Amino acid sequence: MTWDLGGRTLTSRLITGTGGATSLDVMRRVLAATGSQVTTVAMRRVGHYALGGGSLLEVIQQAGAEILPNTAGCHTAAEALLTARLAREALETDWVKLEVVADDKTLLPDPVELLDAARKLVADGFTVLPYTTDDPVLARHLEQAGCAAVMPLGSPIGSGLGIRNPHNIAMIIEQASVPVILDAGIGTASDAALAMELGCAGVLIASAITRAAEPETMARAMKLAVEAGHAAREAGRIERRWHAALASSPVEGLVSP
Amino acid sequence: MIITINGQPRDVPAGTSVAQLVKSVTDQDRGIAVAVNGEVMPRREWPGIALGDRDQVEVVTAVQGG
Repeated sequence: MTWDLGGRTLTSRLITGTGGATSLDVMRRVLAATGSQVTTVAMRRVGHYALGGGSLLEVIQQAGAEILPNTAGCHTAAEALLTARLAREALETDWVKLEVVADDKTLLPDPVELLDAARKLVADGFTVLPYTTDDPVLARHLEQAGCAAVMPLGSPIGSGLGIRNPHNIAMIIEQASVPVILDAGIGTASDAALAMELGCAGVLIASAITRAAEPETMARAMKLAVEAGHAAREAGRIERRWHAALASSPVEGLVSP
Repeated sequence: MIITINGQPRDVPAGTSVAQLVKSVTDQDRGIAVAVNGEVMPRREWPGIALGDRDQVEVVTAVQGG
């Protein structure tokens, strides 16, 4: 079943990040194993990163994935605005994964700068996909600002701590009319499945795949987890019964000794 | 004249264009963007834009991330 993100129709609900892969070959195999149709890149000064440049873009294009540039490393709306505009010029896309972090220790989003940047980028014609906290009120403001999705964290970037506040993620999903994509914090397959069971439209995973001991195997695990979690959500899970069990075998016609 | 390119000062001949500067820092021909003093310069205009003394130039490309 397909879903729409920023005017594009996608089949895969697993968005990947290229960060952390130790080689372009690993990246190629990860993209193939996930079937990811959207993958992120960062923008940096030329000559700083060996794995950057034209060949990275070729790997992404050969995989048939859409490039989603991010504004990672930006701490202010002004920095994010310039980075997004450079990405648009370099990569010929108006999509941007908007990241505006408060500090480099926690990498938590700065809500004030984030919302300011989102409003300005929307006004400048960007399709804005903001990485945000799991605060339902901020998510609402971002949607009202015209963002094409909201992407709350499960836990801090690269922490692998999973979804620390599933209730908040559920609240964000319940009120949102744009896709909600769980971005950051996923550590293993069950975290991705939980995100989808909560009703996320998709998940964005980088480190959990690229920094796993076997990235290609983890890529496949994440693909299956996203599909399983989404199917479970669609199937409608049984109610949780906290105080009494409910037999699944007939309660009548029991033999007596 | 002295310009700043990606945070480093550099002495370049007066009248150096954005296109010439880009060619001197990278042989990549795609996936590159340039900002001069905080403004993005469209690629098609690079040959015609002459840099000025003390201009701050950023030349960026896509790298792994996120």
